[in-house]
Amino acid sequence: MYRILDKEVIAVKIVKLKVEAPEVAAKAKPGHFLIVRVNEKAERIPLTIADYNQQEGTVTIIVQEVGFSSRQICNLEVGEGFLDLVGPLGEPIKTEGYNKVVCIGGGLGNAPLYPKAKSLKEDGTEVVSILGAQTADKLILEEEFDEISDELYMATDDGSKGHEGFVTEVLEDLLKQEDDFELAIAIGPMIMMKVVSELTAKYSLETIVSLNSLMVDGTGMCGGCRVTVGEETKFACVDGPAFDGHLVDFDEQLRRQQFYTDQEEEVKQCQHVGGEHQCHKKE
Amino acid sequence: MSQEGIKHEMPEQDPIERINNFDEVALGYDEETAIKEAKRCLQCSNPKCKAGCPVEVDIPGFIQLVAEGKFEEAAKKVKEKNNLPAICGRVCPQEDQCEAECVVGIKDEPVAIGRLERFVADYTSDNEEAKEIQQDQGKVAVVGAGPSGLTAAADLAKMGYQVTIFEAFHKPGGVLTYGIPEFRLPKEVVKREVAKIKELGVEIKLNQVIGKIKGVDELFEEGYDAVFVGTGAGLPKFLGLEGENLNGVYSANEFLTRVNLMKAYKFPEYKTPVYVGDKVAVVGGGNVAMDAARTALRLGAEESIIVYRRGRKEMPAREEEIHHAQQEGVQFELLNNPTKILGDEDGFVTGMECIRMELGEPDDSGRRRPIPIEGSEFRIDVDTVIMAIGQSPNPILINDTSKLETTDWGTIITDEETGETTKAGVFAGGDVVTGAATVIEAMGAGKKAARSIAEYIDNR
Repeated sequence: MYRILDKEVIAVKIVKLKVEAPEVAAKAKPGHFLIVRVNEKAERIPLTIADYNQQEGTVTIIVQEVGFSSRQICNLEVGEGFLDLVGPLGEPIKTEGYNKVVCIGGGLGNAPLYPKAKSLKEDGTEVVSILGAQTADKLILEEEFDEISDELYMATDDGSKGHEGFVTEVLEDLLKQEDDFELAIAIGPMIMMKVVSELTAKYSLETIVSLNSLMVDGTGMCGGCRVTVGEETKFACVDGPAFDGHLVDFDEQLRRQQFYTDQEEEVKQCQHVGGEHQCHKKE
Repeated sequence: MSQEGIKHEMPEQDPIERINNFDEVALGYDEETAIKEAKRCLQCSNPKCKAGCPVEVDIPGFIQLVAEGKFEEAAKKVKEKNNLPAICGRVCPQEDQCEAECVVGIKDEPVAIGRLERFVADYTSDNEEAKEIQQDQGKVAVVGAGPSGLTAAADLAKMGYQVTIFEAFHKPGGVLTYGIPEFRLPKEVVKREVAKIKELGVEIKLNQVIGKIKGVDELFEEGYDAVFVGTGAGLPKFLGLEGENLNGVYSANEFLTRVNLMKAYKFPEYKTPVYVGDKVAVVGGGNVAMDAARTALRLGAEESIIVYRRGRKEMPAREEEIHHAQQEGVQFELLNNPTKILGDEDGFVTGMECIRMELGEPDDSGRRRPIPIEGSEFRIDVDTVIMAIGQSPNPILINDTSKLETTDWGTIITDEETGETTKAGVFAGGDVVTGAATVIEAMGAGKKAARSIAEYIDNR
């Protein structure tokens, strides 16, 4: 078992878990992800490594409760753990050689964005961060980003923190004023990454996005995480999950994310009628 | 034909019944039938069948023991060479190997060697004592717990080497676990065979993707004397068609992994979903295509159609699998090739455009080349498409390992006799060397490599 050493609720329905996984921590780099399985009947869930500590032998993940499986993970307590944990998976992103980078995070996307921003800062890059959420109580990692950002902006849909509106509006203002950004990294809901990429394309600003595609094995074996990048089909698990935002077919990704909507609903319903075994009985 | 001339039938689940469950289709011989079938063996002085077996099982030897009712001893005889007999007895293409060479087969049907192997393996499944083997000959790392890796590991352990297998998935077995469905190879059987390999002293580390968590060079640094790479052909092929990324298009790998490894057929008790619409097209003509088509029916598809670009005769699937699929109601659209996958505005599959084919001159594979008939395009309405057109080697370990040379197809270059790669101390076998092939061929490669690894370590 991969034990949970520390658990913190960092926002409404969002938890941060520190998990014992020394071999994974030793190899983790910004951009890597892992796949966990809570128990024998659980799905394999891909999660970005939000932080890692080689000395402690731990990796940190941040999970938001949206469906059955994420709730199952959020309900785990310190001392409990994952039956399986595999990683680090995916290609790390390059963070050296930039002078000034803008990092745009939306919702849970702030979590995978953090190790990249932190690594950029450690490499001497000027980091400007824009963090967004629906409301102030859902905004995560503000303090962490504050520490590693030269400038930090925030945006919430209802204006409860920072700019009232979208991160893209803040970004557009910035791009109008400053023309020395060399890279934008945007991680968040698919639609946010799409809009950011469309905006930065106008300014010819290189943009990296990170896709949380559906996947099973995470090693290129199932091909479920297919994404069209430019003219080519790529697998998010081995070729990504980070890609050039100007080349990703976001509309295709938005559609692919809807694939299991009905089944997710079924699993959720299942819990209401009293347990997973009852509802599976055939008449 | 006289009754003596044909193989004894193996009882099977009724097709009407079995498309509603995932239980094993073939039920196995009982003792009496096994003895009768064994007595059909002529006990040739120069047994051709043995030469047809990639893992060199003493076939007449074990069949003689079955004929005498000495089942335990027969099982021992098989296991001298074969570490996974209950699996081989079920999924080996015996008709192309041992049974193809059987002398009885010249006049009558060959002896049912596969069925007898399965019988003895199942017979002795529970009552066996593990014997301690001193493991002081050296340390070997095996990458991948599939057929080739398990075989190499078991043979090396038997020879006294300390073996650790590194497996990427959370369960061992490789394609036996994620690929071959429960109704053809129950996972209990795989578990049983793997448990026996562990009893030999082999350690299996799960959730370890070599090439990510550590590299091959690091394995040497950790004190392994040799590394066997049996990472299989885990990279699905697609046709590159328009619409291939629509919702409802699966690789056979994904479809079968969801169902077999993640037990999606027990959804929502098990939480991994799988989508099967009313009408499923499976593109391809191999065993994997048959598995996918038959699985789709069991998951509730009303129609399951094999779309294959050549004819029935050219299909690479085993005769028995094609037969079982037909019995279950799988339809065959032969001499057809998909040209486009059609979808609705939400991105879900609604149909597939195909073109009729005719067969021309034989190509490199020796099979007649399919040629599209111009203007013969037509559409079939389907809501799920499963691509079962083959796999390439998984490149993660290969890309991470220096000096490991590969062919243009991405397979690892090895010495055919020894399994030696271009990198010192690294051996490879199975689908990562041959491209997608059979379980028994992978096992044969694992066996050869085990011998060469032992030799390599001893000569150092």
